[in-house]
Amino acid sequence: MEMISRFRDKDIVKLLLENIFKETETDKIYNIMEVCGTHTMSISRFGIRGLLPKNVRLISGPGCPVCVTSQGEIDMIFELLKYNDVIAAVYGDLMKVPGSDGRNLLDLKAEGKDIRVVISPLDVLKLKNEQKKGVVFISIGFETTNPATAGLIEVIVNQGLDGFYILTLNKTMPEIIDILLEDKELNVDGFLCPGHVSVMTGESLYLPIIKRNKAAVITGFEPVDILYSILDIIRQINCKNFFIKNNYGRVVNSIGNEKANGLVYKYFEPADSIWRGVGTIKNSGLKIREQYKYLDASERFGLHPSDKLEIDGCKCGEVLKGKILPNKCNLFGLMCTPENPVGPCMVSSEGACAAYYKYEI
Amino acid sequence: MNSTTMMLGGGGKATNDFIKNYIIKYFGNVYLNDLRDASKLKTNGNISFTTDSFVVKPEFFPGGDIGKLAVYGTCNDLAVSGAKPKYLSLSLIVSEGYSLENLDKILNSIKLAVDEIDVKIVCGDTKVVERSEEPSIFINTTGIGELVVDLNNYNNINIGDKVIITSDIARHGLAVLSERNELNVDTEIKSDCCNLYKIFEHVGYEGIKFARDATRGGVAAVLNEIKEHSNKGFLIEEDRVPVEEPVKYLCEFLGFDMLEIANEGVAVLICENDKAEEMVGKLKELEIAKNARVVGEVTDSKKVLLKNSYGGIRVVEMPDGNLLPRIC
Repeated sequence: MEMISRFRDKDIVKLLLENIFKETETDKIYNIMEVCGTHTMSISRFGIRGLLPKNVRLISGPGCPVCVTSQGEIDMIFELLKYNDVIAAVYGDLMKVPGSDGRNLLDLKAEGKDIRVVISPLDVLKLKNEQKKGVVFISIGFETTNPATAGLIEVIVNQGLDGFYILTLNKTMPEIIDILLEDKELNVDGFLCPGHVSVMTGESLYLPIIKRNKAAVITGFEPVDILYSILDIIRQINCKNFFIKNNYGRVVNSIGNEKANGLVYKYFEPADSIWRGVGTIKNSGLKIREQYKYLDASERFGLHPSDKLEIDGCKCGEVLKGKILPNKCNLFGLMCTPENPVGPCMVSSEGACAAYYKYEI
Repeated sequence: MNSTTMMLGGGGKATNDFIKNYIIKYFGNVYLNDLRDASKLKTNGNISFTTDSFVVKPEFFPGGDIGKLAVYGTCNDLAVSGAKPKYLSLSLIVSEGYSLENLDKILNSIKLAVDEIDVKIVCGDTKVVERSEEPSIFINTTGIGELVVDLNNYNNINIGDKVIITSDIARHGLAVLSERNELNVDTEIKSDCCNLYKIFEHVGYEGIKFARDATRGGVAAVLNEIKEHSNKGFLIEEDRVPVEEPVKYLCEFLGFDMLEIANEGVAVLICENDKAEEMVGKLKELEIAKNARVVGEVTDSKKVLLKNSYGGIRVVEMPDGNLLPRIC
């Protein structure tokens, strides 16, 4: 906790806020996007939005792996459980995500489907005595969690374990950042870059951002981290001098984690992936390499995602692209709440809508 | 016989033997010993009446077990209503194959808890159900208490009243989760499971306008419930909320909000403004309330708001009932 409390120090926060107010030019609007769900949650949880000058606007981007999973991909999990008597091992965030028929995995579990919540992919191996039934790990995640799935595959392969399969819904960041940058309607001046993802990728991921004259600051998750990085973005915008700044140096190095990346690409190769509200983005996902195809749940159980992007009326797609604030969706807080979520942005604990609903005044 | 069978709940000799050898052995008293169809009880004035069922898994966890919980849980509901717990019912629903050794341990734990609170078990029931998975036990307790002061009247709450939390929070929920091995971490966090009546015995009722124990849904659920029924709001200062370092750390690590995690020995008291600090001083004299704090106050905002040390304010919503660890 001492490590955390240093980054929540009230005097440093006060000083940073004073500087932000001092250096913000009143005739400008500063649009800053965070592309990480944990940043979104931290910003709301610590009430940071309310502490900033009115013309510094924080916009939530596509940062939550559950939120960006398309409806068609989510429905695939329901298909798997509908037609096969298997154990599905999932991250907790997925339990409340609705399928197209409005039911979620908690409903399916209550009906008798065998669904287990895991914290880490390696927890799946605890089901070793039950794998005769077939254990499917529903793998969702960005660069942060992809190596852990690769680690699970490595153990399954090395130990020659039967009955374990992976449903790969993993995604990668660079391609979606390109899409955001090319979006003419999206008027972002700078990005709070995801600390966790950067641990794996290093700094080069953000080169396209600065090439388009926008600020890119790699940021941790505590109030001091976030405010310090907002101040840096404001400074870059004021001076029109854009560069990648690493404010999460205590964890992130410039080249990333080559070992973890090596493990990911030992078992996976890039593949097209469908993003909620966005559609198919070339090479923005991962699929299991041919050699290990026998572990691929979509092959084993004949699963194919439909092209359904979202449930009617749900504006998660526009929220994810930073085009609207969560509370501007007509369903927000009425038909769509954390208890009865319509879209994953509301259901996931990392989701922008959930963060707004839960914390914002 | 070392485990329960359907015979035990069948109402014949096995049931009678069980009642004699276990129930009467532990809980025998003048009300129970005659094994009447219904107990004849004496109370003075108004009573408080409550019931609760306990289905916790595993049934043994650091700092407690389902038996202790079944007694404290119901008696604490009476205590925070302003009543002195007097009588309890005890209903056991056990699946066939449940270890009698464990059942004995649970009954022993119940015995210790009822003696501590000075409450009598005056009726009960035992049912054995068919085993479908791991043998398990569920317990229902119903409690009657003599009402001293009504502490559940929302109309007594006024803007400016102070909010006191009687102990550090979030230990019970984390202790149970870690015992289930769901957290993948070794912790030494123990449940706070305890008798809250002690608090009222010690500090009396003067100045306390409302009380509730912060069990499932934690402090967040209690404050939201009170908000809804009283049509008032709360402003709580995050830095003042008592919490142990390992609990805080684990919550950070897992993405849990400590305000939403279950407790079994924490009461939220709403107290007259000018009596609050003195009340906390008295509470601190008790081991179970040594970490008591004034954490905030009643406002007219109709929201539960949490203010951090640098002035950031956020809403504390009613928890949605599921503690699910986040993805990353």
